[in-house]
Amino acid sequence: MKLEPELLPALKDLLYRMADDALILGHRHSEWTGLGPILEEDIAFSSIAQDKLGHAYALYQLLHELGEPEPDRVAFFRDAPEFRCCHLVEYPNGGYDFSLMRHFLFDVAEQWRYYLLEQSRYEPLAQLARKVRGEIKYHVFHATQWVVQLGARGTEESHRRLQQALETAFPLALGIFEPSDYEEVLAHSGIFPGEQVLQQRWLEGIAPILKQATLKMPDLSDVVPAYGGRRGIHTPYLQPLLDEMGEVIRSEPDAEW
Amino acid sequence: MSAPQRATMRSLDPRVTRLQIPEELSEFHPKPPADEWEPYEVFWKEKPGDQPIHVGTVHAPNAEMALVFAKENYCRRGRTYALWVVRTADIYTFGPEDVDIFATTPEKTYREPDAYKVVQKLLRLKRRHHSSQEAHEA
Repeated sequence: MKLEPELLPALKDLLYRMADDALILGHRHSEWTGLGPILEEDIAFSSIAQDKLGHAYALYQLLHELGEPEPDRVAFFRDAPEFRCCHLVEYPNGGYDFSLMRHFLFDVAEQWRYYLLEQSRYEPLAQLARKVRGEIKYHVFHATQWVVQLGARGTEESHRRLQQALETAFPLALGIFEPSDYEEVLAHSGIFPGEQVLQQRWLEGIAPILKQATLKMPDLSDVVPAYGGRRGIHTPYLQPLLDEMGEVIRSEPDAEW
Repeated sequence: MSAPQRATMRSLDPRVTRLQIPEELSEFHPKPPADEWEPYEVFWKEKPGDQPIHVGTVHAPNAEMALVFAKENYCRRGRTYALWVVRTADIYTFGPEDVDIFATTPEKTYREPDAYKVVQKLLRLKRRHHSSQEAHEA
């Protein structure tokens, strides 16, 4: 596909949102490595974290092909205002209840986003979407099993804590779909149908699973979505995470690894 | 009344430091048995046509969760075609105290199938010889 030059900023914005989400959430998930609730889950969750980093790398690679610096450079040398991730992925892990609920809400959206992108007119992104389909299917399967297990088949405590986590994470998750200035350009050019379309699919996707988990979805009209991340306005949690993530590479930027 | 200030563990791993684990750990209370999950056996197949291989065990509260765990615990590195889990308690087996029922089997060499291969080979040769003779006569 020949990319019209006026599409470039729109495409880059979309790719940065997706890549930064995957990188930061992958890093947050990896903070559970060695500290997970049980051995099997520790391994599974760490593996999911690695998948997320893999997705981030693939997306930064696409950005590199569009003229952006190398993946390591954009991942480790930018500061918070240059990141385009949503607030949901920045929040500290908290308890496993919040981490699981975030993983669930994020990955259902991610599954739909990549599904819509399989039809993208920007072929490299469509190819990536087809490639990661199976991985994200597993992420959603993992998240769904846990949410139903702790919501419907667990104890009074596990149900209560998951409901609480849902209420905390829900406004943050709506921030995934913060509209950009490029919505129309992306939709008209056939690259991506837009965040509002995605949000609608997401709501339809999580509703039956939350119902199965006997959890009550917060009323959309009562909730203020956590916007700002897509424009570089972040929570105070992001910069310390970036400092920690880049600490080693920034101490010797030209070292060969 | 505020909790007494205690020294917390400092580590080179910032994640551990953030947990604020006290230097002196409090008494360990094991979980009651009802809280423990059950073991599931995991069977795996690399490619179509292979026999399933027993690859290990996972602990899980039900079969669905066992499959979730088995996928990453046993299939995250190599190729996989199929994966199964089954509750360990659902596999009926002889106990370790009964292994003596197999003890004398290796002595029964007359049951070994090696000889059959030779017999099959001879029969095949005989048939081939017979049919070529028939062709010759006709």
